[in-house]
Amino acid sequence: MEQFLQQLLNGLFQGSIYALIALGYTMVYGVLRFINFAHGDVFMLGAFTALGLHKAFGPALASMPWPVSLILILLASMAICGALGIIIELLAYRPLRNRPRLNVLITAIGVSLFIEYTAQLFFGATQRPFPELIPRTPVASTGGLTISVAQVIVLATTITLLIGLRIVVMKTRMGLAMRALSLNPTASTLMGVNNSVVISFTFGLGSALAAAGGILYASLYPSIEPFMGIQPGLKAFVAAVLGGIGNIPGAALGGLIIGITETLVKGYGQHFGIPSGYSEAVAFVILILILVFKPSGILGKTEREKV
Amino acid sequence: MSTGLELQDVTIQFGGLKAVSDLGFHVAPGELVGLIGPNGAGKTTVFNLITGVYTPTAGRIHFEGKPVPGRKPHEITRMGIARTFQNIRLFSSLSVFDNVRAAMMMHLKHGILHSLTRGPAFQEEEQSMEARALELLDIFGLADARDQDAKSLNYGDQRRLEIVRALATQPKLLLLDEPAAGMNPAEKDDLMKLIRFIKDRYQLAVLLVEHDMKVVMGICERIAVIEYGVKIAEGTPKEIQCHPKVIEAYLGVSAE
Repeated sequence: MEQFLQQLLNGLFQGSIYALIALGYTMVYGVLRFINFAHGDVFMLGAFTALGLHKAFGPALASMPWPVSLILILLASMAICGALGIIIELLAYRPLRNRPRLNVLITAIGVSLFIEYTAQLFFGATQRPFPELIPRTPVASTGGLTISVAQVIVLATTITLLIGLRIVVMKTRMGLAMRALSLNPTASTLMGVNNSVVISFTFGLGSALAAAGGILYASLYPSIEPFMGIQPGLKAFVAAVLGGIGNIPGAALGGLIIGITETLVKGYGQHFGIPSGYSEAVAFVILILILVFKPSGILGKTEREKV
Repeated sequence: MSTGLELQDVTIQFGGLKAVSDLGFHVAPGELVGLIGPNGAGKTTVFNLITGVYTPTAGRIHFEGKPVPGRKPHEITRMGIARTFQNIRLFSSLSVFDNVRAAMMMHLKHGILHSLTRGPAFQEEEQSMEARALELLDIFGLADARDQDAKSLNYGDQRRLEIVRALATQPKLLLLDEPAAGMNPAEKDDLMKLIRFIKDRYQLAVLLVEHDMKVVMGICERIAVIEYGVKIAEGTPKEIQCHPKVIEAYLGVSAE
């Protein structure tokens, strides 16, 4: 029983990071109707930005209590990667705004490869240790459960960011513009909404969340390399589709489901003839099942085309 | 220099098809002009040209002396031109109230980027926006439905909400694309009264595309008729009704 709870908790931590990345996929899909395959690479850049900031301001940061330095690094990396996301959209996707969607999709794959190999050029291909931004000491081991400080912080940060995002989307004027745009871009621009500004903002917001995800991920698995974004990125994409692409609560829910399923398969799969090495495949099996049985996702709505 | 909306020799070509050809007409401030023609005559295309969805292949479109083509749709809306859609394009899963609010944001001093700083000035602006939205919804009998999703409204109410949303952008020129489509005769009568009322209340010029001849003849001060993208007649409702070309192309079709 304890072991099961422990696995469930681990899955929750893992899943909350997938959720953070999935939000970026789903928001960009919401406003532009395409999958930004370079999103997982922004996640990677988030971790490297944090590493770089930690190196550059090491002595100054070391003198602060760790929560303060963590928040500073987190916010700075989110801002830098958010700006990067805006630049990516501006340079790579905006010129293709009125082209067939397939062009943008293929460009996204190109951007992804470009970022990965450019990162390899600058950071090298070897794994690098990620600084201990959050103490890795266990915080509690009651009732046979072990939870580390890092895990608690990961969950707390994710929840805070999710609530923040909810407020931005539901309560602010920008959020209203985002929702209007995602429902009908033609109508929103003809009602005076500057769609380009809203799209830039969405990319910035999604990229900032991905960067936060990258830093949290690297805090749990503290070794980073330029291709670290591929697997989590793909799983988060599956999470977004699972929850219903374009649906923000759906993306968060999908992330949790993928994370928990994956951890449970890792822990118990061998009892059912699934070696733990196959846990990576779980997300994709789930993807196939959704595409077969509920293509619109758990919370997604099927939109009927008007004829 | 003329004010209002002015189209001169406007042409748009899609491949080999000239959807609109050397079209010219004028809507003066405060005037209610009808644009009619058989199905596929290019009426909605004209709206798309005026609102920047399409750029004309040739010709000039001016609003209040300023050229329109080349501007983005949201910039044209900010110049004071608003429209409704023939096939309803509300923000379906936003509330009725949010549909109206979304169309008001561009006029706010606290733009969409600054809404996180919720100072007293922001609150004041928010309240005056709310009051204005409610006034508009009230005129169109939609105030009670303010918290419903737009998609849950009945067809006539969705059409009315489209007009409210367009008015929320504070236009000087309102383009109505078949506002009476799908309405019953009583609703159509109400709609005519409403159009007259908002035209006076907000000092609007209105350009109306409509198939219902009773509505068009009932409220328009002047009517332009197009067929296959070419203007075949223009005049008062009386003149149009007995214009031989119009009867042949358009009214002659319905055997009344």
